[in-house]
Amino acid sequence: MKLLEVEGLKLYYKTLRGPVKAVDNVEFTLEKGETLGAVGESGCGKSSTAIAIMKLLPTNVEQYEGKVLLDGMNVREFNEGEFRRKIRWKRISMVFQGAMNSLNPVLKAGFQVAEPLIVHQSMNKKEAIKKAKELFKLVGLPPDFTERYPHELSGGMKQRVAIAMALVLNPELIILDEPTSAIDVSIQAQIMNLLKRLKKELDISMMFITHDIALASDICDKIGVMYAGQIVELGPSENVLLNPKHPYTQKLIASVPLLRGDRTPEFIPGAPPDLVEPFKGCRFYPRCPYGKDEFEEKEPPLIEVEKNHFVKCWLYGDVK
Amino acid sequence: MDLQNIRTYFYVRKGFFRTLTVRAVDGVSLKIDQGEIVAIVGESGSGKTTLGRTALKLEKPVSGKIIFEGRDITNIKGDIKWFRRKAQMIFQDPFMSLNPYMTVKQIIEEPIVVHNFDEKERKRRILKALSDVRLLPSDEFLPKYPHMLSGGQRQRVGIARSLVLEPTLLVADEPISMIDASSRAGILFLFGEIQKKYDLGVMYITHDIATAKYVSVNIAVMYAGKIVEYGPTIEVLKNPLHPYTTALMEAVPDPDPQNRFRFRKVVPGEPPNPISPPTGCRFHPRCPYTTETCKKEEPLLKEISGRRIACHYAEKIAK
Repeated sequence: MKLLEVEGLKLYYKTLRGPVKAVDNVEFTLEKGETLGAVGESGCGKSSTAIAIMKLLPTNVEQYEGKVLLDGMNVREFNEGEFRRKIRWKRISMVFQGAMNSLNPVLKAGFQVAEPLIVHQSMNKKEAIKKAKELFKLVGLPPDFTERYPHELSGGMKQRVAIAMALVLNPELIILDEPTSAIDVSIQAQIMNLLKRLKKELDISMMFITHDIALASDICDKIGVMYAGQIVELGPSENVLLNPKHPYTQKLIASVPLLRGDRTPEFIPGAPPDLVEPFKGCRFYPRCPYGKDEFEEKEPPLIEVEKNHFVKCWLYGDVK
Repeated sequence: MDLQNIRTYFYVRKGFFRTLTVRAVDGVSLKIDQGEIVAIVGESGSGKTTLGRTALKLEKPVSGKIIFEGRDITNIKGDIKWFRRKAQMIFQDPFMSLNPYMTVKQIIEEPIVVHNFDEKERKRRILKALSDVRLLPSDEFLPKYPHMLSGGQRQRVGIARSLVLEPTLLVADEPISMIDASSRAGILFLFGEIQKKYDLGVMYITHDIATAKYVSVNIAVMYAGKIVEYGPTIEVLKNPLHPYTTALMEAVPDPDPQNRFRFRKVVPGEPPNPISPPTGCRFHPRCPYTTETCKKEEPLLKEISGRRIACHYAEKIAK
């Protein structure tokens, strides 16, 4: 069953040089219980897509449009009050990048997890803390750690607290923005195991944002590869990882140094385009080894090459 | 470069009277031959960066010896310009390590100005360094400011700056970790190419064991200020003998859709606080094979089948 459908999502930022097209016509669907990976390099719009879904917009928004359908209801059109009361944190929650550093240093970790219960569900403090203790257990922290302040916790523990915070109102979808980016690899593996366990036990949907396609393979059922504000390839992990169709995805996977295996990593010459410049054709064209002149003129649509496997590339369609 | 039993401690004041000792590097010996790349792999707080900084005399070790090209430079005072010229560093963050008010030319020129080269020689060296790092055509890059360059290009400028004095030793501290995935391999190859061309000794410091595999000849795995395993990179990664090396490798995923169906074997807990490291083997609180001996006795680096391993049970594991 479809939980989230995103159609034609656009988020442009105002800058002195003109609008930055951070998210430009993004579309994807997410089933109940499914984990979608949004993979791409810095500046490709993956975090902006997340804040566009969460309606956590900065003040310099130039244009914000498209549909974000949650169970068929367009929540993007909700006003701020309605969205806050009904959607944010209750149905869609988020673990922010560097969340471990965004805990309030003067409040106990347990209270910070319990706070939404007190505010949103007018639970009394004692009950809320009890619930927080349960959540601590769920994310693999000793329940009495609710009494600790953030400085008494290590980085990995704080990250677990941030995950507990996102789970407190039993959301159906949790957006994880680089949840392990500031963490050491041995702790990263612990957090990934935790997320896998939560996915299994809670049957929760996740959107997992990362720059590391290898890490995405560790949890995602479906992967969307983003480039220059757009999804260029979207499909089941098996298809995208083992049989990538878009030249960018192919190169991105080939650029990963393998720990097990002998393949020499490759690189893509050039750099991603400036998102202020107007685009006409394929955005990867200047770096693509297979580009033909006519691809520069017309933007490719998302083409379904196999069942549920979409590619935004003229190599799989008719440019005329 | 030959580092002998280096200990680098930092002192932090706690309250008025107490001073705590941070044992960042605690007894590390390491040799880097000319033309050899040694990877130092470890997590944050393992002491890998401090080791690199100590090797370049940016930190003062409390004990141990630093021998460079046959000279003991540990306590050398005053004129160490000759050493600074021969040993250079590449920094992690290409955004922070370049002065935004200086042009590419000024950035690369600065070391040679300090070392008093004449105008003609300066020009020659700058252009050579730029072409070595493939910033071509070099003339076009000279007047640019760092903000006009991409992350990969900035890191190339950083590398050019370190090459312009024609050093024999490079310490590269996570040179590719801040660069986008698609450009990383490019910098990595460039690095290998330059290393061969100049026959450089390189200390490649990284947290990413997978990239170490592609650049280094030998690898040293550090944990809590000590080397726990050292040996030829290929051998170590094929058959890790220290339980920590095994755990570190197990934690790194390769892109494989099957990954999501299994849990990773992880070691519990987190790296210890370098102020009060555990007794005995520093890995014992997290190690799956811990025994009483591990808690009491500190394992020394032992030579086992061409490698050095600090584990009481290395021979057993090797079998």
